Amino acid sequence: MKDIKVLGTGCANCKNTVKLIEEVARDSNTEIVLEKIEDIQKIMTYNIMATPGVVIDGVVVHAGGVPPRSKVAGWFE
Amino acid sequence: MPATNPKLFLLLASLLWAGVYLMLPALSEAIVSALPMTRGSHLGGALQFFFYDTPKVLMLLTGIVFIMGMVNSYFTPERTRALLAGRMQGTANVMAAGLGVLTPFCSCSAVPLFIGFVQAGVPLGVTFSFLISAPMVNEVALALLLGMFGWKIALLYLCLGLAIAIVAGWVIGRLKMEAYLEDWVRNMPKVQALAGADGMSLAQRIQSGFDAVREIVGKVWPYILAGIAVGAGIHGYVPQDFMASFMGKEAWWSVPLAVLIGIPMYSNAAGVIPVVQALLAKGAALGTVLAFMMSVIALSLPEMIILRKVLKVRLIVTFISVVATGILVVGYIFNAAL
Repeated sequence: MKDIKVLGTGCANCKNTVKLIEEVARDSNTEIVLEKIEDIQKIMTYNIMATPGVVIDGVVVHAGGVPPRSKVAGWFE
Repeated sequence: MPATNPKLFLLLASLLWAGVYLMLPALSEAIVSALPMTRGSHLGGALQFFFYDTPKVLMLLTGIVFIMGMVNSYFTPERTRALLAGRMQGTANVMAAGLGVLTPFCSCSAVPLFIGFVQAGVPLGVTFSFLISAPMVNEVALALLLGMFGWKIALLYLCLGLAIAIVAGWVIGRLKMEAYLEDWVRNMPKVQALAGADGMSLAQRIQSGFDAVREIVGKVWPYILAGIAVGAGIHGYVPQDFMASFMGKEAWWSVPLAVLIGIPMYSNAAGVIPVVQALLAKGAALGTVLAFMMSVIALSLPEMIILRKVLKVRLIVTFISVVATGILVVGYIFNAAL
């Protein structure tokens, strides 16, 4: 079970990132809890400078732009 | 091949690109002459325009986006911040505006970047120079200007865009408005700006170039196609000076009006291009249209709403006024120079 947070103020890239992570998780049969963080003050506590950011189990694994599918798949191996 | 011999790949790719680019005029004539209509007719002229302009603009866009994608891989936001942290006003504004062009940037990242810069001790005015140049001088706008109006106009746009970012940031810095940051931003813990390891190989940078092409060109090509189709379609059907009376050079008030209309509108460069092409084709003056385009891209209402969480109203109003004034000046310069 992975705890995933997507950090972003709600632009198209953020929504696409959420969709992509849900898809890849479903395809690889990984159980995830996905949370979207849109509050800028909370986002900044992760010290990222580009959104969307992705946090898995408390660790920032990605920041800036929609991650490529291969990278997302790598998180669920 | 990009993975095994990246240098050779870059050389061959640029030769191939240049070869195809030089053959475009002949190719477009060949396509039109193969179609069942005369070259001299309205339709023939419109089709030749379409078959020449479309691949030309798309090739320029692909080339520039690919190169920018590779260059971007050298300038992550973290490295840019480390370059700017602790510097004084002045030269740092020039650097920030230049880095704004080179650092990958999406408008929804404006606020995290802003806070990240301020937290690491980048002066407020320098941060603004970066935030203004990043969206305004972008590769899509440059490629389109290059494709449609030639390198002189594209270069003028690049220089004036940088000039606005440098001067506007410097002015905001001189106004000493640090007190108009929201309290929670000022109270955030200071961080040390670290460049971080880079260590990307040339092959990986080429991959970044391809990723940028897929993401940017993949997204904007329908807009560009639509814009060129509109431009080709009205070729000869709508009077050329249709817009001239109210958006031409003689109408001095058209530049401020264009900026005012542009502020509440939100679009990226790609979305506004079809409008720009249509306006120009109908006789609007280039400076007026560029002022409109810069205002739509650089000043947008949704961005202000997000920035409001970080800046107090007075600083936002100052930001809008300073940038709008810069855009006005650019509009008048373009109208006067051409």
